[in-house]
This record gives sequence, structure tokens and C-alpha cells, in this order.
Amino acid sequence: MMAWAMEWVPVLIKILVAFFVVLTLTAYLTLAERKFSAYMQDRCGPNRTGPFGLLQPLADGIKFIFKEDVIPTEVHRTYYVLAPALLLVPALLGYIVIPFGDTLIVAGRTIPLQIADVDLGILYIFAIAGLSVYGLFMAGWASNNKYSLLGGLRSSAQMVSYELTLGLSLVGALLVFGTSNLRDIVHLQTGHWDLGPLSIPKWGIFLQPLGFLLFLVSAFAESNRLPFDLPEAENELVGGYHTEYGSMKFAMFFMGEYIGMITMSALATTFFFGGWHVPGLAALNLSHNAAALAGVAAFCLKTGFFLFLFIWVRWTLPRFRYDQLMSLSWKGVFPAAMLNVFLTGFCLYAFHRFM
Amino acid sequence: MIFAVLPDILFYLFALLAVGGALSVLTRRNPMTCAASLVVSVLSVALLYFLLSAHFVGVAQMIVYAGAIVVLFIFVIMLLNLTDRELGRGRMTLFKIFGAFLALSVLAILAPGMRSMVELEPSGGPGPAYGGTAEVGRLLFGEYLLPFELTSILILAAMVAGVVLAKRDLTPKRLFSLIDWLLALADRLSILRSPQKRERKQGGAGGEAE
Repeated sequence: MMAWAMEWVPVLIKILVAFFVVLTLTAYLTLAERKFSAYMQDRCGPNRTGPFGLLQPLADGIKFIFKEDVIPTEVHRTYYVLAPALLLVPALLGYIVIPFGDTLIVAGRTIPLQIADVDLGILYIFAIAGLSVYGLFMAGWASNNKYSLLGGLRSSAQMVSYELTLGLSLVGALLVFGTSNLRDIVHLQTGHWDLGPLSIPKWGIFLQPLGFLLFLVSAFAESNRLPFDLPEAENELVGGYHTEYGSMKFAMFFMGEYIGMITMSALATTFFFGGWHVPGLAALNLSHNAAALAGVAAFCLKTGFFLFLFIWVRWTLPRFRYDQLMSLSWKGVFPAAMLNVFLTGFCLYAFHRFM
Repeated sequence: MIFAVLPDILFYLFALLAVGGALSVLTRRNPMTCAASLVVSVLSVALLYFLLSAHFVGVAQMIVYAGAIVVLFIFVIMLLNLTDRELGRGRMTLFKIFGAFLALSVLAILAPGMRSMVELEPSGGPGPAYGGTAEVGRLLFGEYLLPFELTSILILAAMVAGVVLAKRDLTPKRLFSLIDWLLALADRLSILRSPQKRERKQGGAGGEAE
């Protein structure tokens, strides 16, 4: 019985902590978005609820829960109710394979700081991300509203196109690392190249600069963020697929979008910025657990930077036109990703053959 | 302990869902419900693959079928957006009864054979690497390379055929790619020309530049 408890208690704790952190982060991302947008437009942003407006997400949450949950009469009821859940659940499942730290040693047991160490890591994330599209167009169709339908159609076309480029942009990195296990990928990036006086960490960005750029573009499109937020373009489609939604159901769409952003930022960190790896930390001779915790902090900082980038870009760039978006995907990003795969394969072959 | 019987419980749960979803695809009238049932069925089959330790096949099933193919089905359903009036009432025709009878009899013939074909692993079950990316890749690009490449050519042929059929009236002036060349060839042979266009061409003086 004890052995059983030792096996499962750390897993349950990890699940609960990760769930709590992701949901809280989601709430505070909404505040961050409003604050940063305010600063970029020379305003103050929300600053009345608590110190610096820090309780604003809580107030928003309470407001969402207490609003009347209206279901319009002409909607397809089952799908209308199901759609927000279909969007939120895949988003919440996505981050469980992402390693947020090295191992902790507690009472003689080694606990990997990752909820599930799956060999197919990245493929699992793609499989789950592919399911979230159902929530979008089910919402669009079930609302029985032409704006919602157009938003749903746009979103399904966009998601299918950019899922492809998202996968292809990572193929180069997968070729370099030779594994699809995310923990192994981070381990392969913990090292340095010594070029004379310079010491460069072995991060994926230095091996796959083009891959990183393409991944970033696809990640923005996949999480429906500006400049690619055509599915909900408010000045042409009212609100896109969630026009007819209110109260907590609307909040669930919102949460799904932000959790998708967190997953994409964490993926970018894992693949291209060394995950939890801190350059030069090994020289400090910290104990194993302290180094692991520093790694978790580094992972959070790097992910936080990408989350800031998402917000920064949203309030800087204007929106694409829909045909521009699709031609960017199929005529720009897709061939470039193919070229990246080809170049990577060629370089790897040359490296193994002649070095 | 519950962990010993958990795989069996999950197997029966997802097998039921897979069969139930497939039946619901056949019997429901609303196309959106049919598509949603198809997703349920496809995902249940993916989970059955996971239970059999065929992880890569399971994930591929989720990405390809649930993530792409059924999405395209739903895309078309949404574009048509049929109402219940347009769909009409479901009727039990002789043809359908005959089809159901045929399907059930095929199942009755095959089922005993299937039971005897499955050989149980002698001991211990598959190794830890079984069903992973590396193992599947080794089989796909080693032992089964020829069938794999032939399948990809088949899919390419289907894709080219789809494009040619969709663009049959758009004969290009200059040849940019393989598809253009095929379209020009089809036009030369006038196998894919729509009837009106052929008439128009024959009705004209016949001397214009094509």
C-alpha cells in the first residue's frame, strides 16, 4: 500500500499544481493583456480592484459566473452547450507532456518535473491540438447565426492549414534531436559550444533559426491570435464563432485561447530555448534540487517572455486579410518549412558523412 | 486490485463507444450528428490502439482521421448547412434492409475465423519500444519500404486526379507544372472537356488559336 501511495501521490500533486498554475496564469494573462495594451496606448488600464488592479481577474471571474446563462431559442442546443467544453478540454490536456524542470530528489526517490513522460510527446500535443478545432466550428455552426458560421468556417480552414505548417516547422528540429520525447530534447540542449572566448548554449534556436521563425508564425495562427485572429475579427464578423455565447461559456472560449497560448509558448521554450536549461548554472555547484528549482524558474521566465511576445505583437501589428492569411500559409510558410526540412536533412547527412 | 482489470474495462468501454458511434453514423439523419459520431468512433479506435501499445498508430489515427479528414467532412456539412426540411424523413427501403443483412452475414462468416487467427504473445507481451516512433519507422522504411512507397504513389495519383477533375475547364496557356501538363494533355485528348465547351469549340470556325 505504501509503495502504491509513493507511486501516485507525487503524480497527483504534480497534476494539481500544474492545473492550478495554468488556470491562475490564464486568469492573470487577461489582466496582463489589458495592462500591457493600456501602457502601449498610453493609458492606465484596470487599476481599481485591489493594488495595481491585481484582483481584476477575480472580479471578472465572479462576474462571469453570476451572469445569466442565456441559451438563444434557435440554436442547436446539444452542440451549443458542448462546444465550449470541446474547446477547453483539449487545451487543458495539451500541457501534460511538457517538462517544466529536471528531476527533484525527495526522500530518495527521483521525481521528474513533468506530468507524463511520454515517448511520443510532440505527436501527442499535435493530436490533442487537432481536436480543439471541433469546439470552434461546432460553436460556429450550433449558434445558427451567419457571422458565427463564417467565423467557424474560417477558423476550421485556418486551423487545418496552420496545423500542417506547425508540424512541418518542427520536423527540422526533430531531425536534429533525433527523438520526439520532449524530456530528451531538453537534455540534448544542455551543453555548450566553445567558440574561442564565446560559449554558446546548445539551444535549438541556433540550429534551427528558420524553423523557429516558421514555428512562431504558425503558433500565432494556431492559437487564433492577432495578426491572425480572423475567426473572431470583430469589425467584420461581430465576434466570430462566440457571438452568441455569454457568461461562463464565453469565458471558457477565452480560457481555451489563453491556455493554447501557454502551451505554444512552453513548446517554443522546450524546442528552441533549452527548456529548463540555464547557461552557466553548472559552474555554480548548486545542489541537485536547488538547480532543478532554478531550472523551473528559468522555464517559467522563458515561457513568460513568449507570452509577453504574444501580447506585444497583438497590440503592435494590424490584422491580415483572410486570403492573405491562407496564401501566407500555403505559399509562404509551407514551402519554407519544406525547404527547412530539406536543408536540415542535407546538413545532417553531410555532418555525419564528412565530420 | 483495480489496476489489474483496468485495461479490460477500458477495452470494453471504448469498443462499445467505437461500435456505438459507427452505428449512430449510419442511423442518424442530421449530418452534423453523423460527423460527431464518426469522431467518437475514430477516437475510440485510437484509444484501442493505445491499449494495444501501438502508440504511434493511435496518435496517427488521431492526427489524420480526427484532426484532418473528419474536419473536412464537417467543413462541407457546414457549407451546405442543410435544414431538417431539406433532409426529409428517413425511410426504411428494401435496399437498406438488404445492405444491413449483407453486412451482418459478412460479419457472421468472418467472426469465427478472426478469433482463431489471433495468436497470443507467448510470454511477457511486447517489449518497451514496441509501437513507438523508432520501431514503426524501422519497419516502415526497412521491411515494408516497397508497400509504403507504393501507397504514397497511390495517394499522389489520387491527389493529381482530384485536381484535374476540379480544374477541368481551366486549361492553362503555358505549362508551369506537372498538373498543368496533365491538364493540357487531357485537353488535347479532350477526355475531360465538359459537353458545352466541346460544342462551343465545334460550333466555332475551328481556326482560332486554342
